[in-house]
Amino acid sequence: MSEPAASAPHSDYEKVLKDSSKDVASFDHDKPSALHKFRHFLHSNPSAVSLIVLVVSLIVFGMTLSGKFFSAFSLTLILQQVAITGIVGAAQSLVIMTAGIDLSVGAIMVLSSVVMGQFTFRYGLPPELAIVCGFITGALCGFINGVLIARVKLPPFIVTLGMWQIVLASNFLYSSNETIRAQEIDANAPILQFFGETFRIGGAVFTYGVIAMILLVALLWYVLNHTAWGRHLYAVGDDPEAADLSGVNVQRMLISVYVISGIICALAGWALIGRIGSVSPTAGQFANIESITAVVIGGISLFGGRGSILGMMFGALIVGVFSLGLRLLGTDVQWTYLLIGVLIIVAVAADQWIRKASR
Amino acid sequence: MKKSVLSLSFGALALGVVFAAPVQAADVSACLITKTDTNPFFVKMKEGATAKAKELGVTLKSYAGKIDGDSESQVAAIETCIADGAKGILITASDTKGIVPNLKKARDAGLLVIALDTPLEPIDAADMTFATDNLLAGKLIGQWAKDTLGDKAKDAKVAFLDLTPSQPSVDILRDQGFMIGFGIDPKDPNKIGDENDPRIVGHDITNGNEEGGRTAMENLLQKDPTINVVHTINEPAAAGAYEALKAVGREKDVLIVSVDGGCPGVKNVADGAIGATSQQYPLQMASLGIEAIKKFADTGEKPKPTEGKTFFDTGVTLVTDKPVPSIKSIDTKEGLGKCWG
Repeated sequence: MSEPAASAPHSDYEKVLKDSSKDVASFDHDKPSALHKFRHFLHSNPSAVSLIVLVVSLIVFGMTLSGKFFSAFSLTLILQQVAITGIVGAAQSLVIMTAGIDLSVGAIMVLSSVVMGQFTFRYGLPPELAIVCGFITGALCGFINGVLIARVKLPPFIVTLGMWQIVLASNFLYSSNETIRAQEIDANAPILQFFGETFRIGGAVFTYGVIAMILLVALLWYVLNHTAWGRHLYAVGDDPEAADLSGVNVQRMLISVYVISGIICALAGWALIGRIGSVSPTAGQFANIESITAVVIGGISLFGGRGSILGMMFGALIVGVFSLGLRLLGTDVQWTYLLIGVLIIVAVAADQWIRKASR
Repeated sequence: MKKSVLSLSFGALALGVVFAAPVQAADVSACLITKTDTNPFFVKMKEGATAKAKELGVTLKSYAGKIDGDSESQVAAIETCIADGAKGILITASDTKGIVPNLKKARDAGLLVIALDTPLEPIDAADMTFATDNLLAGKLIGQWAKDTLGDKAKDAKVAFLDLTPSQPSVDILRDQGFMIGFGIDPKDPNKIGDENDPRIVGHDITNGNEEGGRTAMENLLQKDPTINVVHTINEPAAAGAYEALKAVGREKDVLIVSVDGGCPGVKNVADGAIGATSQQYPLQMASLGIEAIKKFADTGEKPKPTEGKTFFDTGVTLVTDKPVPSIKSIDTKEGLGKCWG
């Protein structure tokens, strides 16, 4: 179909056509401003904000503190210090992506580590078997959470608030708050301290706990983005009814998420033994708050269905960078808490602003 | 409707019986309110109080906060004790200033209030304090570290692993006591952090557990890797610090000192992870407390402080296998016989 030739009007009145517009109907295209583009970029890369904050804070602390902070040793030390939070944060991320929350993560972690230690030393099980029992404990706690939330339809906040107390109390009752000392573990069951072992690359020191965190986050990133289970998890978090109508078994999905969260917490419990050397029932008291902090600073939406697990790791690292940096500057510890508080609010505000780009 | 009214009144009746019974059952009843139920230190305290109460025929009720710092539960416990008609309260306060008005109510109601382990602020808000001399506990380990180092004490690099950011009194007393014992000018002895002795590398907080001890030690080692003396608020923090030192291969040439005398801590002294620790005696505090309440109930007499001090000193002993001549100490074998937790 060819356009009518304006050069040869049939009638006199058609002569005006010559000067008229020949455009087809179209949308208005405001030239997107740089800010707009930036916002769109952030919207499509949910972990970018936390990565930017991380890099900026590294640069700022690096410039103020010079060599002391910006050495391979210091930077890998931060990794060691956030490894536990990072692993627990991975569990927390999965749950929060389903629009849930898990307040019991720290308690499950500690109980699992206590089971690993006590089964070895109290009952004389081989430590490998005790570790498996620890993982089963974690999975079981997660399963109870999952069933109460998915089947009995109780709110996740309430279920895990209750489980937090129940698991923590069981932990204290079962262990009678006895610490198993590092020297005994070292002599009789060194595998319990596996994640505390280190290796060096130049000045950088890595523990297996750090490697475990990085591998776990990488694995979960792959699973969340490239497997049906992962996509279903986002779908359930975004809109459970729509997911149900599209054929996702929402109940089974939720239960599996809480069970996996429990297993990851048990892994964190094992890594915790490596980190502190001993098995201590009083460790990890604030792991739930720390993990939620990492998740929120990492830009994962508390309303579910949005965010990247990489963001959580960056969030945990930001907290680690601030803690070590401010300590090296010699400021009062309260400044660390204050700044982390500011970061939490800023992170959520930034998330709200970025969401407006989704048109 | 009728049924529910009936069951309600039955319920009220049952409740009344439950509440009334203990008051009638024994003449003297006492309350023990600890910071938590989980710390072995308080577990031992409860053990001491329970045993003594049984011996003297005192009815004992124990309460505790959910976590360290949970003052609300302690306030509720005090109110319960007053309503219950108890003769006295033994308390380790989580909030040493905030709880004072509530304890005043108890004293006004005629109860004997004894602070265990942790002095109130002001200290005379309680009728008496049964506690470890924490300043002395700090002095003992400070002096031990100084004498063990000998001439090298002049150029020592000291790290301080403290408790919490709020600087509770026990934290200040142990920290500043160590300085006095070690020969560091503490300036204002009521404040941590105003000193300018170049031997101080820094202070960091541990929350009194392994995890915090390790992180704090790592942070301070970053500040100055030549640290060779570490003061720790308690033995779990010391165990964490030891792990951090082990990770950088320095556990052999750093002196760690601590306070508490818990069984795992004393074992760590025996193994050489901790050089010396000041042992305190929670069981003693609690059983003396119960005796005092019984005496007060029988005769109206209140306990008196140790001479020259503002509180009743329940004793502190240095535990080490490397004694120095200037301080009387016991070895770990004896320490293990007296340890708690």
